[in-house]
Parts: sequence; C-alpha cells; structure tokens
Amino acid sequence: MAKNCWKARCAVANGIAQALRGLGQRVTSRIWRLGYASRFFLAILLHSGTALRRLHLTIREIYFTGVLSLIIILVSGMFVGMVLGLQGYDTLQRYGSTEALGVLVSLSLVRELGPVVAALLFASRAGSAITAEIGMMKATEQLSAMEMMAVDPIARVVAPRFWGGVISMPLLAALFSAMGIFGGYLVGVQLIGVDEGSFWSQMQASVDFREDILNGVIKSFVFGIIVSWVAVFEGYDAEPTAEGVSGATTRTVVTSSLAILAADFILTAFMFTGT
Amino acid sequence: MSRTTLDLWVGFFVAVGLGALLFLALKVGNMASSNSGDTYAIHAKFDNIGGLKVRGAVKSAGVVVGRVTDIRFDPEAYLAVVTINVDSRYKFPRDTFATINTSGLLGEQYIGFEVGGDTAMLQAGDTIKKTQSAVVLEKLISQFMFNKAAEDGGNNK
Repeated sequence: MAKNCWKARCAVANGIAQALRGLGQRVTSRIWRLGYASRFFLAILLHSGTALRRLHLTIREIYFTGVLSLIIILVSGMFVGMVLGLQGYDTLQRYGSTEALGVLVSLSLVRELGPVVAALLFASRAGSAITAEIGMMKATEQLSAMEMMAVDPIARVVAPRFWGGVISMPLLAALFSAMGIFGGYLVGVQLIGVDEGSFWSQMQASVDFREDILNGVIKSFVFGIIVSWVAVFEGYDAEPTAEGVSGATTRTVVTSSLAILAADFILTAFMFTGT
Repeated sequence: MSRTTLDLWVGFFVAVGLGALLFLALKVGNMASSNSGDTYAIHAKFDNIGGLKVRGAVKSAGVVVGRVTDIRFDPEAYLAVVTINVDSRYKFPRDTFATINTSGLLGEQYIGFEVGGDTAMLQAGDTIKKTQSAVVLEKLISQFMFNKAAEDGGNNK
C-alpha cells in the first residue's frame, strides 16, 4: 500500500519534471535563436562594406524589393486613402466639421497607416521573396559553394539584400502616404465636395514637419530594418529542404508582421506623448 | 536585365520616393509656412486660457503673425503665462489687446491681437497688459440660464 503510494507520487513528480524540462528546452532554444539572430545582425553590419562599395549589388536588390513593390504600394495607398476619405467624411459630418477631413486623412496616414501598412505589405511582398531566395540558395548549396571559393556569403548575398530593403522601405512608406492623401483628396474634394481650400489649408496648419512627417519616416526606417533583418535571417537559417524553405518564408511574414506592430506601439509611445 | 536599365529604374524609384517626401513636407506639412526666421518673444497673462495649446496660432486681422511657444502657470498670481514668438517683421503697439478666440464653433483656439493706438512698440520680453480670457461655453450657458431664471422669477411676482 505504502509502496504503491510512493510509486504514484514518483510518477507525478516525473511528469512535472518532464513538463518543466520541455518548457526549459523551448525557452532556451528561443533565447539561443534570438542571440543567434542578433549575432547575425552584427555580422551583417560588419560585412556591409562590400555591399556599399560594390553599389550595383545593392542597387539590384533595391530594384527587386523597391521598384517591383511600387505597384502594390501605390494601389493600396490609393485605396486606403479613399476609404479614409469616405469613412472620415461620414464621421466628421455628424459634428459638422467636414473641413477637418484633410487633417484626419493626412495625420492618420503620415503618422500610422503609411509606415505600418506599407511595412506589412513590404514584408509579405519583398520579405518573403528574400527569405525564399536565400533559403533556396542554401538548399541548392550555392552558399556553401561561395564559401568554398572564399567568397563570404554574408557580404555577397545577405548584406546587399538587407541594405536594399532598409533603403527601399522609407521611400515606399512616403509614397504610400502621398498616394493615400491623393486618394483622400479625390474622394473628399472631387467626389463628395468638401471645400478644397480648407482641405489643404487645415492639413498644412496641423501637420508638423518634425513632429509628424519626420517621425513617420523614422518609423518606416525602423520597420525596414526589422523586415529586412527577419527576412535575411530566416532565409539564412532555413533548413536546406523544400519544406524548410517554405516554413521559413511563412515565419518571415508572421514574425516580421508581429514585430512591426509591436515596434509601432513602442515607437508611438515614445514619439507622440501628449502635448 | 541590363545594368543600365536597372540603374534607370532604381534612379526613378528613388527620385519618386524623395518627391513623395518633398510633397509631404511642403504640401501636407507646414515646412513651407513655418518660416524659422527671426522672432521676438513677448508674454501675456490670462485668467483662463481655455483649450489653447503650445504651437497655437497668433493672429492679427486674421493673419498668422506668430506662434504660442510656451504655457506656464504663475503660482503667485494664479494666472496662466503664455509666451508668444512674434515674427520680427511685425511690430505691435504697447497697448495691444490679446484675446483668446475660437475658430468656428468647435475649432481650435488661437490668440488674436487687437491693435491699440500707442506709439511705443512692444519689445522682446515685454508683457501684454490687456488680455481677455477664453470664453468657456459652459459658463456662458449657465449665466444665460440664471439670468433667464431670475427674469422669470421677477415676472411672476
């Protein structure tokens, strides 16, 4: 009887230990991965001399990440601005202040929607492509071949893609905001008939260059670093199989989207505090 | 794709991106109008500033002539001290009357200068003597209602 009881207790203790061990393993592996990613980030920065010296490598990546994302960014910016114009008008007319439509559209685009939505689109359009490309290079052993030829794959392959993304992102976000404001103007002024003069003048009176526009640019710059970093890291770290590459591509989109939203909250909390 | 076409496209992309930024700065933002030219600071004390904010406009005859740069509370006089940076192109007489107005019914509040007849001009660091506080809508309504009630009471007697 006593022996049985002892056995049962032992089993329970074993179960708990098992669960704790599993938890510990998961946490340490996550932290290890985070540390690996940070070391990788440092390595990119240290090896980016080549990417900047042989500028055509980076320019090629700007073409693939920036120029080819233009259409999706411009079209979605236009639609987001048009929706903001419609919804903003609907809400503002209840308070009889439809002249403030320009302020509403421009502030929400320049401060938040421009950087954030452009970064989310950028993550799914360009980030996933970067991950898939680097992952396939790894799977087909192109990266190892480069190492055999004494070419550093981080300097030759990873760093140009990283810098291409970092440079493209603020430009894309600015284009998104500008296009959105144009869309809001089309719907608000041309379609609904808000007064054009007050639309622009109230906008200019309440949008500050340093407070609003520059902060938006800083945001998009940070998002560019996050997306590019996650994308190249996931690609470089991908398991060299077809399955591994597809998993890495999915992880890039999920991780960078979550990181963008979290970083947006933190940046907003620092930038727009009262006053 | 050849390298020159690539360069052309990237150059186009960067130019358009910078153009968008310029559009945001000049057409959307207040970079063009916020002339960081010379200004001089004057102070004004108000009983109540209502919803006046830092960076609020200062207008005379409807034209923006300066900006509110600082709002403090004077703990000895129990007054609000507003610091105004006035564009140094404009000089105002010493007996200028500063009022806090509202643009529209629910618009933002700004300081209006009504010019007096003094020949001496306001210098940097001067304090405007004559001010009028913001109109608090609730106070106005309650005053009106009390007056109305008092009138009705008088008629009944």
